[in-house]
Parts: sequence; structure tokens; C-alpha cells
Amino acid sequence: MNHPTKAEEFLSDGANAKWHDETLWFVRDKRDSSSKTVPEWEELRDLASRIKDNVLDYLETYLLEFEKNAKANNIRVHWAKNAEEHNQIVLGILNKHQCKAIVKSKSILTEECHLNPFLEKHGIEVVDTDLGERIVQFLNQPPSHIVMPAIHLKKMAISDIFHEKLQTEKGNDDPYYLTQAARNHLREKFLAAKVAITGVNFGVAETGEFVVCTNEGNADMGVHLADVHIASMGIEKIIPKREHLGVFLRLLARSATGQSITNYNSHFRSPDTGKEIHIVLVDNGRTEQLAREKFRNSLKCIRCGACMNTCPIYRRSGGFSYGSTVPGPIGSILSPGLDLQKHSSLPFASTLCGSCSDVCPVKINIHEQLYEWRQEITKAQAANAKSISMKIANGIFAVPFAYKISAGMMRGALKFLPDSITYSGLNTWGKQRDLPELPKETFKQWYKKNRS
Amino acid sequence: MVQKKQIMSSRDYILSKIRNTPRDKRPLPEIPDFKVDGELMDRFKRSLLMNKGEIVDAKQLEEFIDSHQFKKVLSLSEEFRSFSNLDIPDDAHQLADMDVAIISGQFGVAENAAIWLEERDMGLRALPFITEHLVIVLEKDQLVSNMHEAYERIGKGASGFGLFIAGPSKTADIEQSLVIGAHGAKSLRVVLV
Repeated sequence: MNHPTKAEEFLSDGANAKWHDETLWFVRDKRDSSSKTVPEWEELRDLASRIKDNVLDYLETYLLEFEKNAKANNIRVHWAKNAEEHNQIVLGILNKHQCKAIVKSKSILTEECHLNPFLEKHGIEVVDTDLGERIVQFLNQPPSHIVMPAIHLKKMAISDIFHEKLQTEKGNDDPYYLTQAARNHLREKFLAAKVAITGVNFGVAETGEFVVCTNEGNADMGVHLADVHIASMGIEKIIPKREHLGVFLRLLARSATGQSITNYNSHFRSPDTGKEIHIVLVDNGRTEQLAREKFRNSLKCIRCGACMNTCPIYRRSGGFSYGSTVPGPIGSILSPGLDLQKHSSLPFASTLCGSCSDVCPVKINIHEQLYEWRQEITKAQAANAKSISMKIANGIFAVPFAYKISAGMMRGALKFLPDSITYSGLNTWGKQRDLPELPKETFKQWYKKNRS
Repeated sequence: MVQKKQIMSSRDYILSKIRNTPRDKRPLPEIPDFKVDGELMDRFKRSLLMNKGEIVDAKQLEEFIDSHQFKKVLSLSEEFRSFSNLDIPDDAHQLADMDVAIISGQFGVAENAAIWLEERDMGLRALPFITEHLVIVLEKDQLVSNMHEAYERIGKGASGFGLFIAGPSKTADIEQSLVIGAHGAKSLRVVLV
């Protein structure tokens, strides 16, 4: 299923779609207010972007430095070419410790690797401990947003599933009440788990330490009570020096939710006495993306979700409409690199307004890359309806003469074109959109009359 | 002699793929001095309130502990040792029902109220998370302006576990309603001494 089809499903519930749109805009707004309290905000974005440029140019050097220092700190380092190898490494560690139940804090990478279904197939109970992730896990859904996994759900839906799974009072949808029920339920899981899995926000080459940021404290509750901590880290999450954390931690939470910092920022450098820390460095398509010069920049992403909150398409189509682990604008430039066929409609799920690039804390040129992917896809794809209409549009805007003639022609045509044609399958953009009222004259005619 | 064909490890495969990608050699930028002059204390307090933490004085802390008649209180802070009725156990699981932990923070960051703690400040790594209520004692003159200054201050410190903690455990995962007390401490009180 492609993006427009799934977006249509999302929009069929108008009230919910409106709520979703407004809620995410509210988060975008908080990001704006928060960033404006930092006078050097733009300078920080620029620094972050340039640090990440350097990281991508010297990625192998920093990975080796990280590995060396982490090993010296008694951290066990594993390398995984792809999702399957990552999952096998995790399973291997669990088997060695005869572990049948784990707790896991938020990790987009383990979602990307489909770790949960893999482990469950091998008889291991996986408990996602971030509240939003636990909610969607109860519902057998993936997260719909990388920072706010359950943002697509209303509280009554959460009340219903908690009533079923945690025996909370039927109909009680008080967020505090529901959160306390989850707290009690998850505390048992934390106390029982022998192995805890986390993601990684930043790995520091200079020290071999890695940093995990949460607001709930769930990553720490898991790892400090377990004997074994497994951290899954994409190879692009490396940063050269500890001092660079200062730049990224100032940007991350402000971009994500408008907070000045997440409440827990944990720096793991070596395992506690008698315990183990494993880190799995995962490629899974990242080296391929590095080799695509036009799309290399996408690897600078620090997963703040700001591009989703600001995107007029994401807000009005919901995370599930993208059908990829990372949704929204950044997902639409990352996912085609993983599977072009499957994700070919995503680069078109954008107005190219550029708001995503404007809010990105590491200054990824997201909207330009979306445009670049469109070129690649149009080249690669057999002519389908969308690519034809896009080609026609491209042709018209590329040649001024053609535009001049067609503007007059279109004005004529739009007046008489029946909706059945304007809104036909040929024009995906016609769906959900009314054509504007036509002016009486073209701009050129108006200019001639008024300015010449 | 039979020549064995070497199978490349995933590590070497990933590294060689990166090496074989032609790239620029862009240098690391210098981080300029972003230090801000002015009142650090006011900014720290404002930031803490935004994160839903509280500033209390010694008297208010005493009242808080007395009025709730907490059963399990552990203080690692010399200042408030008298409140302590618990020793650090060998295993953090024994702290599952503890009420209050009082620990000393190394320094605070004015821009976001993050307080830096290292393993040795916590007794057990789980302590600041598993306790129902957390109290951090901070010396008034131990404030820095921003995160750049904070990492400068941490320097080459090599604690096995370090933590910037900026508030109580919180979540907004249910319809964006802020709830304090998700999995970790349900409150954070900072005592400035």
C-alpha cells in the first residue's frame, strides 16, 4: 500500500485527524519557543551539522577509536552487517545467559531490525518499557512517531487496552491513573529482568562511552537492575569527542519536545562490578546510504522527530501512512535507500515546503533530498500514473514558453473539466484537495494591464 | 599447502565498505565560548521548575520527611545523614520499596537544571531511579552556565557511569498530558546549601 492510500484511511476520521494535526503543531510550537531562548541556536545547528560532516568523512577512524576505548573499558563490542545478524547476536547473548524475558527501552534501531518478533519467535518475552511503546505493543502496533510512539491514540483507546491487559477500571481514562497502572506493571518486569536492551543516542569515540536519553527513566530502571545491558547502536551515532555532547544535548530535547534537556541523560562507560555491557554496532544499509553522495547527509539524523512535528503531510496523514520504521520527512529519505520499491511513494509525501530542513538540528537538507529521490524514482520506475503527472508538471515549469501557453489553457480547462477527471486516479494530488477559485485573468494579463 | 580462503568478519566488511567510499576530509569545527554572564542561580531555579523539580531548604526537607513518616530513607549526604535509616544494600533489588534517597550532586547547569552525578555519588547506580522520591543536595557555588561549560568541568573524568539528571521521571505519552512519576522517582527536590 502506498502513502496516499493509507493517508486517506487516516483522514477518514476527520476529528481525529484534526486533533493529530493540532497536537503535533503544538509540539512544533514548543520547539520554537524553546529554541528562541538560546541566542546561539543557529550557531549550534551549524556546529552540529559540521561535526556530523566530519564524522561521516572519518567514520571508520571514529568507529575504530570507539571500539578500542570501549573494549578497554570492559565493554564487549559486536558488529552486525544487517538486521538479521544484529538479531542473532542479541539472541546469542540471551541464550548464553539462559534468559527468557527482557526489558527494552526505546530503540528505533531494534524496530528497524524487527527484533521483537524475532525474539518472540524464539520463545523470549520482550517488554517495551517506554510508556508509549508499551501501549502500542499491547495493541500489536508499531510506534507511529519516533519520539511519541502512541501519539495517534486517544486516551479512551489506551484506557480500553489497559482495562484488558492491566485490569484497570473500565472507562477510567485519567492519564495519571493509567500511567500509575503502567508503573506498577512495569516495575515487576524491571525487577525480574536479567537482561535489558537500550538504544544509543550518542557514542563517543574519544572515551568509548555511550549516552542514552529518556524522560521516564525506563532505560536506567532496566539496565541497572539487570545483569546484562545490550545497547544497539547504528554506526552513524558516533561523535568524536565528549565536548561534542554539549552541542548535541543542547539541541536534541529542545528540537524534540521543547524541553531544555531530557530528565535523564546517562553516560555508560564501563559495566558495574560483576555485570556486562554489550554494544552492537549495526550497519543495515547505512554504508550504502553513505555511498549515495546526494543522500549521505541523511545519516546525520539524531532522531529528534522535529521534521515530523512540523510537516504538513505527516501531521495530516499520521505515522502509519508511511509504512516505514522511521516515518515523516526524514523517514522518506532514509527508507527508499533500504527498499526503493516498497517505499517509492514516500518522497512524494511532501509539499517540498522546506519546513523540515528549517527545523532540523543538524541541518539536513531534507526537502532537497526528497526532490532528489523523486528524480531517482521517476527514472527507475515504469511509468505509473503519479510519475506521469509529475513529469508533465516538471515539463511545464521547466520551460517558460510551455507554462505561458498552458496557463491560459489550464484556466480554460479547469473551468470545464468535470471533477471525475480532475480528481481521477491520474492525479493523486487531487484527492483531499479542492481546486482554488480561478482568477478572471492570468497573471501576465493582469501585469500588462496594471504595470505596463 | 592448502590456502584457506579468509572469510571477512562483519567488522572488517563494514569498515572496508566505509573506506571504499570516497569522501571529503572536512575538519572538526572549534566550539566557541558561549558562556553567558549573569545570574546563574535564578536561571537554574527557573529551569528546575520548568522540569517539574522543586527547590527546598533544609527545613522544608525535614517537614517533607516527617510529615510522610517514610519508612525507608537513605542519605548519602553528610548534611542529612540523620534522616537515614537504611544502609546501601549489596543488591539494588532490595531498594524496590524505598521511599527517599538523599544524595549530593557535583554541580548544576543553569540553562537546563541538569545536575551531574557520578557512580560514587549514587552508592548504587539504580538508586536515583528506583527511589520513590529523590533529593539532591547541591552547593550554591557549584553552578555552571551551560552544557559546554559542564563538559569542560567533567573533563577527562572516567566514572563508569555518569548522569545528568534534570527532574523527576515524567511522560506525556497519553494524549500529551504531562504525568510526573512514570518509572523513576516521582519527585525531585533540590536543596541548595
